[in-house]
Amino acid sequence: MSENSASGQGESWEVPIERGKIREFAAAMQSSHPAYQGAGAVVPPTFLVTGRQWAPDGVALAHGFDRSRLLHGGQEFVFYGPPPHAGDLLYASERIAERYEKQGKKGGTMRFLVIVTDFRDADGDVVAESRSTLIERAASA
Amino acid sequence: MTDETARMENTSRVEVGDAPAPREFGPVTTSMFVQYSGASGDLNPVHYDHGFATKAGYPSVFAQGMLLAALLSTFATDWLGPDQVRRFSVRFLDQLWPGDTLTCRGVVTHVAEGPEGRSATITLAGERPDGTVAISATAEFLLRE
Repeated sequence: MSENSASGQGESWEVPIERGKIREFAAAMQSSHPAYQGAGAVVPPTFLVTGRQWAPDGVALAHGFDRSRLLHGGQEFVFYGPPPHAGDLLYASERIAERYEKQGKKGGTMRFLVIVTDFRDADGDVVAESRSTLIERAASA
Repeated sequence: MTDETARMENTSRVEVGDAPAPREFGPVTTSMFVQYSGASGDLNPVHYDHGFATKAGYPSVFAQGMLLAALLSTFATDWLGPDQVRRFSVRFLDQLWPGDTLTCRGVVTHVAEGPEGRSATITLAGERPDGTVAISATAEFLLRE
């Protein structure tokens, strides 16, 4: 996937919430909860990470970090009401919320990046938000 | 905490200090990491390609942090209900290796009235067999009346 690294605010893309994808995700999370099955299945708390699979080329923001040194520091999901359900159509867009650096314990520079994905409904209201903290470990001396 | 069914139907009596029985997932396998890669779309090979992982300085492949988050969320939504979640926030602290189990624990730390009704703040942790906390989380769930 080619990615847009020039801007700190990406374009939006459609994210259809599908029961099959929810079922696949529920299986991967070892959940047999009935709420994750069927036509009106609710999304699991961390499901919206799958939204990036719908991003057209050039829309998702590039982190620009070296993959072999990439760590995921933390992740937060916020729902402004009940979580989305199968059949919902959301519009996702990414923005860079924070960028900072720290000295690594063994020297070198660790780089941090917080990418927020906003998920809006057809009215443009944000219904959910995903905040990802990425870390690039210092290069070994 | 004795009647699982009653708790699933009504969480209005949840109080600070409530904690469900811990749940153990695994032992985790590379197959589980591959399954999560496909489901999530995170194709970082460090989680399923042994050569890539060792070249990057790790002793072997290891679980995606987001897989641990997903297992912790399974524990949490079995407890308080998938439709009730309003915030789920995780910190990745250490790796989980193939063959490790993940023991999930949780406790209610705060109960408050919010715009949608009463909600509980919980803290969660996922531990390796040696007791190391691999992942910690805080979450908010709306309580069912």
